[in-house]
Amino acid sequence: MSIELICPAGNLPSLKIAVDNGADGVYIGLRNATNARAFPGLNFDLKTAQNGIAYAHSRNKKVLLALNTFPQGHRWSEWTDAVDQAAELGVDAVILADTGLLKYASKTHPQLRLHLSVQGSATSYEAINFYRDHFGIQRAVLPRVLSLAQVDNIISNTEVEIELFGFGGLCVMVEGRCILSSYVTGESPNTAGVCSPAKSVRWQPSPEGLESRLGDVLLDRYSDDEKTGYPTLCKGRFTVGDDTYYALEEPTSLNTIELLPEMLKMGISAVKIEGRQRSPAYVAQVTRAWRTAIDDALSSPTAFSVRPESMSTLESLSEGQQNTLGAYYRSWK
Amino acid sequence: MKLSLGPILTYWHQHDVREFYEQSLDWPVDIYYLGEVVCSRRHEMRLEDWLEIAALLGAEGREVILSSQALLESESDLKRLRKLSDNGIFALETNDMSAVQLNQGRPFVAGTHLNIYNKATLDLLYELGAFRWIPQVELSGTQIRELLDSAAYAIETEVFAYGRLPLAFSSRCFTARYYDLPKDDCQFKCLEHPAGLQLKTREDKDFLVLNGIQTQSAKIHCLLDEIDEMRAMGVGALRISPQPAGTGEILKAYRKLLDEEISSPDALKEIKTHAIDLHCNGYWHAMPGAHWEAVA
Repeated sequence: MSIELICPAGNLPSLKIAVDNGADGVYIGLRNATNARAFPGLNFDLKTAQNGIAYAHSRNKKVLLALNTFPQGHRWSEWTDAVDQAAELGVDAVILADTGLLKYASKTHPQLRLHLSVQGSATSYEAINFYRDHFGIQRAVLPRVLSLAQVDNIISNTEVEIELFGFGGLCVMVEGRCILSSYVTGESPNTAGVCSPAKSVRWQPSPEGLESRLGDVLLDRYSDDEKTGYPTLCKGRFTVGDDTYYALEEPTSLNTIELLPEMLKMGISAVKIEGRQRSPAYVAQVTRAWRTAIDDALSSPTAFSVRPESMSTLESLSEGQQNTLGAYYRSWK
Repeated sequence: MKLSLGPILTYWHQHDVREFYEQSLDWPVDIYYLGEVVCSRRHEMRLEDWLEIAALLGAEGREVILSSQALLESESDLKRLRKLSDNGIFALETNDMSAVQLNQGRPFVAGTHLNIYNKATLDLLYELGAFRWIPQVELSGTQIRELLDSAAYAIETEVFAYGRLPLAFSSRCFTARYYDLPKDDCQFKCLEHPAGLQLKTREDKDFLVLNGIQTQSAKIHCLLDEIDEMRAMGVGALRISPQPAGTGEILKAYRKLLDEEISSPDALKEIKTHAIDLHCNGYWHAMPGAHWEAVA
């Protein structure tokens, strides 16, 4: 029994710190539109990617390259170039979402290990087996919408390895099937690798409180004693009927650390930490907490409990200091 | 250019569904898409009911396609998909790769939720049996044209031309959340909202529409002045998405416009009298989807 801990790195210091704190693998993106965290100042150029891979490989750890946006029109070659670069760099796998790009990668670089990105929206074993049959994917990252029982059913019906999100920002929508961001800003995770892009965000004081806007749309309004959060579209307060509330989702983070024994028992191959946009200090703390928990769960699966200091670290790092088990726990739905 | 009537995305009582399709025999619909795309808990219409309507429409010489569910989570979802795929008569609109997995090798329509953003993806789906595709609604007209210019095979392109945009799917039911009900005991509240449940900003502006696990735009995506451009690039069909009232009139206005019996300003005027919210067309023009670009 084992489970890989896959941690995020938006830059070289984060990659090193993830490796030093116990990640089995680190996932990174290139500094262009080819990945779903295309934020200014983030990600790797070729040289830093080479350095990062050398650092991880010398410590027997893996580096996965996320190329998980959907290539469009005449810019197709930017994505295929990135796949070629990944093969040349010697990454341990590429994480892809686009069907056409998966086809390119499997034909051009048959030796390159392929993971289906969460942005590929595969939520059933029939979908996963489609990608296996056509492109030989070896792992699929599941959207954060399934219950553990549903995940278990997938594992029983495919030999493709399954990776689950364990901690970090919570997408309430099926990844790859949400274009709310482009409806308001013109840019979505699928097309531009961004959700609720910072350049479209405005903070405005008003007599009724501090307002956050995405484009022209008022996402939320905060009284003086309320904590503000990054204005992600699905986590704003809106009015339905006579009620004004978090109509889609509260500003909250996913934290499934207490489910580790169940995840191990089900045969999950890897658990993923979200947050390539977060700081090296964040990566260090989250990685350490999860490394400890995984080691504890492996050594005594029946007597496992999350160490209180790990839980409080994770809680302090969560969005709005709130945690949820998300869809893994059926009542969330 | 053909007109298609998309699947009913919201939840209606069975008698309303039956009446809708009976009335539609007087409407200029070339292609029908039937079935439940959004939620597995919606049982007003069972497969047998859809097949009965499909047979009726087929007997009138209309093309009928069965639309598959976009988000599949459970074994029972897959069971239903297999039954739909094995209906023996009608082709499927595949809205998830699981449906492509079950339908490859026979003719199918590649639905908008398959996320076809480029030629390589379209190539593969064509090889697997797709005879028609519906681009992701966030693709611009230029992007669709570039894609079609490079495709050397005959696949029909159908563009989502009128209706609230399908923007997102979740496993969480937002309608049940509004009523503070668990999804598993939602009491089928969607039936009370045949045009969806309005979500407004705190400035009281229409923004989104909750439709169970689906989130739609509040604005109505409306492509009219873009039709000449679509014709020039080889678009073969326009999709009109059903709304509880006025769908027939909207279809008729589109037909008259396509047949050049009326001008596009006149068509717009006619359609506006049946519109249930403001129009938008931003996606086609590479702008935010909610934007309305006045075309000269």
